[in-house]
Amino acid sequence: MTELFETGAYNFAYLDEQTKRMIRRAILKGVAVPGYQVPFASREMPMPYGWGTGGVQVTAACLVPEDRLKVIDQGADDTTNAVSIRKFFQRTAGVAVTEATIEATVIQTRHRIPETPLREGQIVVYQVPIPEPLRFLEPRETETRKMHELEEYGLMHVKLYEDIARHGEIATSYAYPVKVEGRYVMDPSPIPKFDNPKLGDNAAIQLFGAGREQRIYAVPPYTRVVSLDFDDHPFTASKAPHDCDLCGAKGSYLDEVITDDAGSRMYVCSDTDFCAGRRAAGHVGRLGVAMADGSA
Amino acid sequence: MYVAVKGGERAIDNAHAWLAEERRGDPAVAELTLPQIREQLKLAVNRVMAEGSLFDPDLAALAIKQARGDLIEAIFLIRAYRTTLPRLGTSVPVDTAQMAVDRRISATFKDLPGGQVLGPTFDYTHRLLDFALAAEGEAPAAAKAPATPGPVPHVTGFLNRDGLIEEEPRDDATPADLTRTPLELPADRPLRLQAITRGDEGFILSMAYSTQRGYGRTHAFVGELRIGRVAVEMDIPELGFAVEIGEVELTECETVNQFKGSKTEPPQFTRGYGLVFGKTERKAIAMSLVDRALRWKELGEDNIGAPAQDAEFVLYHCDNIQATGFLEHIKLPHYVDFQSELELVRRLRAEAMTMQEAAE
Amino acid sequence: MTPDALMGGFAAAPQQSARAFRGVLEAMARPGTLHLLEGAAPPAPLSVAAGVALLTLADGTTSVHLAGAANCPAVRDWVTFHIGAPLVRAEDADFALGRWEDLHPLNRFRIGLPDYPDRSATLIVEVDRLKAQGPRLTGPGIKDAAHLSLPEVAAFRANRALFPLGFDCLLTCGARVAGLPRSTIVEDV
Repeated sequence: MTELFETGAYNFAYLDEQTKRMIRRAILKGVAVPGYQVPFASREMPMPYGWGTGGVQVTAACLVPEDRLKVIDQGADDTTNAVSIRKFFQRTAGVAVTEATIEATVIQTRHRIPETPLREGQIVVYQVPIPEPLRFLEPRETETRKMHELEEYGLMHVKLYEDIARHGEIATSYAYPVKVEGRYVMDPSPIPKFDNPKLGDNAAIQLFGAGREQRIYAVPPYTRVVSLDFDDHPFTASKAPHDCDLCGAKGSYLDEVITDDAGSRMYVCSDTDFCAGRRAAGHVGRLGVAMADGSA
Repeated sequence: MYVAVKGGERAIDNAHAWLAEERRGDPAVAELTLPQIREQLKLAVNRVMAEGSLFDPDLAALAIKQARGDLIEAIFLIRAYRTTLPRLGTSVPVDTAQMAVDRRISATFKDLPGGQVLGPTFDYTHRLLDFALAAEGEAPAAAKAPATPGPVPHVTGFLNRDGLIEEEPRDDATPADLTRTPLELPADRPLRLQAITRGDEGFILSMAYSTQRGYGRTHAFVGELRIGRVAVEMDIPELGFAVEIGEVELTECETVNQFKGSKTEPPQFTRGYGLVFGKTERKAIAMSLVDRALRWKELGEDNIGAPAQDAEFVLYHCDNIQATGFLEHIKLPHYVDFQSELELVRRLRAEAMTMQEAAE
Repeated sequence: MTPDALMGGFAAAPQQSARAFRGVLEAMARPGTLHLLEGAAPPAPLSVAAGVALLTLADGTTSVHLAGAANCPAVRDWVTFHIGAPLVRAEDADFALGRWEDLHPLNRFRIGLPDYPDRSATLIVEVDRLKAQGPRLTGPGIKDAAHLSLPEVAAFRANRALFPLGFDCLLTCGARVAGLPRSTIVEDV
């Protein structure tokens, strides 16, 4: 593959050095104030806004030539946008890539946190569409900024409580808001709430990039991250009440796949690397076939 | 047997190859050249330069060709290219009073120093399809007249001399750069103007139109509209003076707005301003109306809650590259979030059914 | 300009500054851990780590305050040539560089605004010894507790009391760096 930066057409990791410094400064301030959204002068990237430009800029500012990059979308390495972003960094930074969570040093993700526990030395970069957790309650940036300043999160609690009054439970199933280190309410990006418990006390550095909205924020390792809830309605991390039909995993987040016109369904791990790893280790689910047969 | 979808990379490569074929169209038809686009689709080129924020007709023509005529896609190509360019310096402000005008009209005065110049305009064409163009007929040569050299003074300057229009004091402070600092509110006028001049023509047009229909009415007259070329000069420190490094085509519109005075300002005419790359008349006029509507606060006017008065609303939604990206991203896979919603809805339905059965 | 000012920058800036940033990021994200910052040769009295940190983070768009011995012609020229950062007084600084005692009084440095706590200074503090021992650190980035040889405790406690406002510190010694963000709780042992 042509490595564009080696031909001199583009700088290492695409962005110019001044832009990378600007992003790096924003990342460090984000790390120093966990959960606070740092404004940054997001650049126009050669991919559309809403397709991971924030994550791509954060990844570009973090990458070193020795990195091993993993890119996932919906938990899968082979979804088209993940393929496209991975290819972008292979071409512009010449970094090695992997699908194995344990081998990766930088993981860019959209909508999932890998099932395999992360470790020290790893960085997870989340693609964020709307970084402001209060945005759907208050559309004005001028207002929500003030609410964060004053720690005025009553509106969010009212909304969650109204859910309970109407539905008997909090009717938010993804992008479920969290409070970081007891100070800032933060949008964890649109991960299913099943993934929320992985945000806190994680060994890896977690960075969040919102390109169109020009915000970067961070959760350092081993940071307290609490999903908002009420004493009488505690937060629960839910998933489909099934096991993976391919690998038999009981505790992983599942995709529901419609297999015929009669409404038949199967459930498979959304984390493709996790599922493949289990099958390679000999685990077989309800509809799975042992790997030795040469079939997935 | 279910097999997870693989081969994303091959699918992408194949899609790109097919796209390239589609772009070319029927190979029996001669391929478009960039000079053809640059010369004959000039208004498309102008829009791409204006909203791409890069004055380069050849690159804009390339972008239009590559984007198969999708102008927002072409603007996107130009923007992405623009961000990679090194910044070698900053020009001195262009002097539009020194513009070599192709077109210059005022709606507020019948005649004025410098004259009314109709220029190459669609204004009085009858919108009848010209079938001679389909037969590739040569256009007859237009009549020529010698250019009138010398500065063309601004109409608002005449009003200013009589104190009838608000004073716009010169400000030599370097304005913030929208492409280099994150947008922060409240945004000052230079920042607002930067956002509007690269904003989507359709969005700015509709915002301006809404003010005319009463959503933040500003009683605008086109004091002056001028289109032409101006010199771009740069200070060269080693020389100690500015030298001309090129010229750009601009459209400038200044509106004169009726104003009965407010709590803070005396009765006088006020201004709206539009300045856009290229021949982009509709955009420049629309820009000046939206600019004027956004100035309600500094002029002590009431905010009637009109969309065009709401700087946060206008500035956060006028950029078509941001808008189209976010709009179109919903076609990316969202099945993980959808799955969590499915489970939630199923659970809520099950609970509702149980309660209903218990009640019966 | 001092003749050596032209020397001692990064030879391969994109790769070297990327590695240096990862060191700074790990340091700031895991207070109490030590990381190497190498690849440049700043003039005396700057440590390699302090010079590399400045090369990595500062540029013409950020202001730098040089305190005490660091505020000498050799360093000023080097910063001007390699970084292009305007040199300013403490109150206006995005980055400040000097020995701990030379950075005092600390209340001169920007601590951010209540609605923009990120608009605060980062202090690059030159220290004679830097070891993972001494005062006890807890807070974000730290599993259980860590220790770091800080020049004092009271100032960091006062800074933590301002959270989410406050300045952030990088401590440098030779080619090593440690981070102490405003979020860290510091206690005497």
